[in-house]
Amino acid sequence: MDEFNAYLNTTEIESSAKGILSGIRVSVKDNISTKDIETTCASKILKGYIPPYDAHAVVLLKNAGAAIAGKTNMDEFGMGSTTENSAFGPSLNPRDKTRVTGGSSGGSAAAVAGGLVSMALGSDTGGSIRCPAAYCGIVGLKPSYGRVSRFGLIAYANSFEQIGPLAANVTDTAKLFSVIAGHDKKDSTSVSKPYDFSTLKSDIKGKVIGIPKEYFGEGVDADVAAQVRKGIAKLEELGAKTKEISLPSMKYALSAYYVTCTCEASSNLDRFDGVRYGPEPEMNLPWHDAYTKVREAGFGNEVRRRILLGTFALSAGYFGKYYVKAQHAKQLIAKDFAHALTDCDFLAGPTMPNVAPKIGELTSDPLQMYLTDILTVPVNIAGIPAISLPCGSAHGLPVGLQLMGRMYGEEALLNAALAFEEAQ
Amino acid sequence: MVKEEDVMHIAELADIGISAGELKKFTEQFNAILEYFDILDTLEIKEKLERPLVNVFREDEVIESITQEEALRNTHNPEDGYIRAPKVV
Repeated sequence: MDEFNAYLNTTEIESSAKGILSGIRVSVKDNISTKDIETTCASKILKGYIPPYDAHAVVLLKNAGAAIAGKTNMDEFGMGSTTENSAFGPSLNPRDKTRVTGGSSGGSAAAVAGGLVSMALGSDTGGSIRCPAAYCGIVGLKPSYGRVSRFGLIAYANSFEQIGPLAANVTDTAKLFSVIAGHDKKDSTSVSKPYDFSTLKSDIKGKVIGIPKEYFGEGVDADVAAQVRKGIAKLEELGAKTKEISLPSMKYALSAYYVTCTCEASSNLDRFDGVRYGPEPEMNLPWHDAYTKVREAGFGNEVRRRILLGTFALSAGYFGKYYVKAQHAKQLIAKDFAHALTDCDFLAGPTMPNVAPKIGELTSDPLQMYLTDILTVPVNIAGIPAISLPCGSAHGLPVGLQLMGRMYGEEALLNAALAFEEAQ
Repeated sequence: MVKEEDVMHIAELADIGISAGELKKFTEQFNAILEYFDILDTLEIKEKLERPLVNVFREDEVIESITQEEALRNTHNPEDGYIRAPKVV
């Protein structure tokens, strides 16, 4: 469909409304419902599914005058960090087409980095906006939990995920965020915190930036770490003060995240049985057999693996060992971040511990793939906003600087991001 | 350690389906991931779980919604405004 396999569907939706996005084409990740336009979550189990309604964020895009350029490729249901788990083949990184885009919003990142559109919507459950933004050398914002409505976002792990913007620069990121932020009564976790684009201004002087030592620990590529340290030195030159800090509960973050998200996935993905949408079940079989056949054929390996893990972690005898412990770990992590962000305005570190892997490099070992999420998932656990910014390159490939802000602190975060971008 | 029959049992609970050919690999991967999760066992629980979210209620009001036709358009087996499903008993 395009040279980066960024799109699953390029049906354009025009808008006649006049607004801040008039004349701008925006791509939308394929787990965000678009009325009358096929929405598959890059899964065979939703092939042919035509939503009867728009996600709230899509309504807001249309109201702001945006044209929708198409639906973008992703890891199936958002489960993955490379977009290789798409049932329709991986997206290719526009910076090096032998490498992955990152994921799960890989198609959105490729569409922006490849110059097909200037902005795109993604969703971020454990890094799915920031990871592909970092690997493709663009900007991606994971908003504070609740600031953007999840209505019409096909659920994977509700307690973590947020829809957010990807764009080539901070100004376009802020502009798109201003359109989608705000309260929606159709999402009971939605908060009334709109974002005013006119407040965007370059501002970093005097801000205190915490540098968590855990973000430069084991598993982080030395060249990536060095490049991010250079970025942080740039922030100091611009007048920010930095201090080394520690987030001791970080060691629990990946386990707490994967236990919780697989539990939520096992429940959320229950609905895909072919009865109301998806491939037709065999009507003459007993229902367990009919649903099992539909789901075995319709879900890819990673989706089935996560449903299995979640079902196991919630089952009698294991609930206390996994799910309950994970919730306690989440609370400790959230408190570590809240504590650090009382003294510090922002925290900074790499977005990803590596640069974009080669296509196929990590697909045989799911745990190795999970480990690449180590620096992005803590933000989803804490609920806070974070942005990935282009920060030079290592091994000839883009590196992302991750700036993390206070809860509902996107205004200050975007202002700091703009200051950093202008100094590049 | 989770055994192959445990993974098969969970697959049955979840209606997910695992073929005999993929069971060994799924079980190995499952155990590697669970072993990583064991770090949660080192967690000392000192505090109660806080629940910062509160229920959000609203008046039950009639608003415009999708039509029955739209709600049924993705099913293969509509019948008299209902959806037919495989037999339960």
